[in-house]
Amino acid sequence: MSNLQLLAGFDMSKLFGDSIRAGINVQSAAFALGAVGLNLHYGFTGLLNVGMVAFMAAGSYGMAIIFTQGLLGGSILLGILGGLVFATIIALLVGIPALRLRSDYLAITTIAIGEVMRISFRSRRLLDITGGPFGLPSIEDRSADISLADRIGRDWNPLFNVDDPTRTFGFWKLAFDGKTLWLMIIGWTIVVLCSLLVWKLIQSPWGRVIKAIREDEDAARALGKNVFSYKLQSLVIGGCIGALAGIVRTLDSGFVESNQFKPQTTFFIWTVLILGGAASKWGPVLGAFLFWFILVFFEELLRQIISSSSDMVFLGLEANDVGRMRLIIMGIMLAALMVWRPQGILGKKEEALLDAR
Amino acid sequence: MPADLNAAQQAVRTADPTPGSAKQDPILIIDEVSRSFGGLQAVDVKRLEVQRGVITAFIGPNGAGKTTFFNLLTRFDDPDTGKWQFNGEELSGKLSHSIAQAGMVRTFQLTKSLGKMSVMDNMMLGAQDQKGESLFSALVKGSWKSQERAVEAKATELLGRFNLSHMRDEYAATLSGGQRKLLEMARALMSEPDLILLDEPMAGVNPALVQSLLVHVEALRDEGVSVLFIEHDMDVIMGISDWIVVLAEGRVIAEGTPEQVSQNNVVIDAYLGTSFAEDEGTP
Ligand SMILES: Nc1ncnc2c1ncn2[C@@H]1O[C@H](COP(=O)(O)OP(=O)(O)OP(=O)(O)O)[C@@H](O)[C@H]1O
Ligand SMILES: [Mg+2]
Repeated sequence: MSNLQLLAGFDMSKLFGDSIRAGINVQSAAFALGAVGLNLHYGFTGLLNVGMVAFMAAGSYGMAIIFTQGLLGGSILLGILGGLVFATIIALLVGIPALRLRSDYLAITTIAIGEVMRISFRSRRLLDITGGPFGLPSIEDRSADISLADRIGRDWNPLFNVDDPTRTFGFWKLAFDGKTLWLMIIGWTIVVLCSLLVWKLIQSPWGRVIKAIREDEDAARALGKNVFSYKLQSLVIGGCIGALAGIVRTLDSGFVESNQFKPQTTFFIWTVLILGGAASKWGPVLGAFLFWFILVFFEELLRQIISSSSDMVFLGLEANDVGRMRLIIMGIMLAALMVWRPQGILGKKEEALLDAR
Repeated sequence: MPADLNAAQQAVRTADPTPGSAKQDPILIIDEVSRSFGGLQAVDVKRLEVQRGVITAFIGPNGAGKTTFFNLLTRFDDPDTGKWQFNGEELSGKLSHSIAQAGMVRTFQLTKSLGKMSVMDNMMLGAQDQKGESLFSALVKGSWKSQERAVEAKATELLGRFNLSHMRDEYAATLSGGQRKLLEMARALMSEPDLILLDEPMAGVNPALVQSLLVHVEALRDEGVSVLFIEHDMDVIMGISDWIVVLAEGRVIAEGTPEQVSQNNVVIDAYLGTSFAEDEGTP
């Protein structure tokens, strides 16, 4: 089969349309948020948080439980607040013992707390609260009979029109229904606000102390800065931003389940941050877009190549290998980036070079 | 006794030249501070008083425990036993940052420059009581803007004194070893300490600059800052110190004015060696 025939079988608009769509959808916004929080932790404070998913779980479950139990009058905003409080408690629980120790202890503790939370939430003993292994398939205020998805996607949605519920907005492959677009707007607005918040903090004298701690804790201490307290503040703020990542994802999907909080999510968020560039202002945002764009692009590309080849095999790959291949490709690209541009796409090159001195 | 000495200098010169002697107006009083590493007794200081408003040198052979002693006083290391009072305040139970906030600030023998921050940011970090360093005021720029300008002005002035003005916007990691020593000292001064502990501030600094640094250190003293510094260069020590404390194997073996110490047989045996005594023309 010639190259020309191969190309002819390609659906370019699907290839690029689906990839861009993946880069800007709510899932991507959630990852961007996780990376904004991680950027404060790792990029600016130097905290090795390897359990961002724990904060996401705290946010998602916190909000979902409050809503389903009808605790605070079934209010979404109070539910979100509850999720943030839960994330704060987790940050303090992890931070108070671990932040006094060497930095590797935080890494161990955070990765553990994520798993502890995931496994506890799916325990049958918590069936009535977290839904155990089934999760909370539909987050509903049981007393008021309103689901979270309906409340946010319909009742509160200015883009939703009762007379024309299937109306779409946009063009080409980028047409979204009212609910999806509404949640994208909410998600990316929170991303932008959190990015600006972190940046404003970093540009202040508070941020100067935070960066000093990243560079050398002892130097900061010798100049009278309460390093432990600053690290704890950073952990709590970044953790709450991570909780918002979980919350945004849950607002979109309308359900929570423990499988959404596997450790790999944490590593995807790390990938997002490193791709975009740690310690940069918009690195997490660009990183999240690229992460999803690349994943979907290569998945779709391989799928199209395979389906257009006569024997449905390409380089020994079949259609159901594609899902795994896309992660391998992501890994290779990340490794190449580390060699050619270790500071990430938006990171400062000069800073990466300083490490060698 | 030279006539151009200030009151504190005169006072310390009349103190008893024996280990642990009382000073007229001590800024720092140390009692029974000890630290051992395994079987090695690194520090074992029974009593030491440091006079306010003068330059005290802390000397001793390599491995005498000088750096360890600084680490203990500033709580970068925990003593096995001991208490110390600074400005009449008990400091032994406090943590490093509180000790610095109390006005006792140290530099490190192995410099700790904050590499990925500009020289200016390094300096501005040193200032104390910055409003914008608290989380909530940080978000309200109006609340710290004017203080920030004042801090920057002071940092600019100090950078000038330490010959670092041309580096103000460079990353600190790009500084040379000697420049880092200067930056660290200047940064510590940003905190306006009452007592500054300098661990070999002149090591690696070019001799021409050492001379001007010495002038700055003397100027500091004349502004009322007490200085306690570790140094190996005898010319520097003899030239600038009002009082010298000699440490060997963790213990204070002698104290006195430069003249008294350089003629002290215990010190000559333990540290200075005979050649120094001959240079000075002592018997
Ligand atoms: N963390 C440590 N663990 C074990 N031994 C230590 C430690 N720190 C210092 N020591 C030992 O304590 C003794 C005193 O060391 P210290 O660094 O205080 O000496 P110093 O007087 O500053 O020497 P120098 O003039 O060479 O800087 C040395 O014998 C050293 O080996
Ligand atoms: Mg030393």
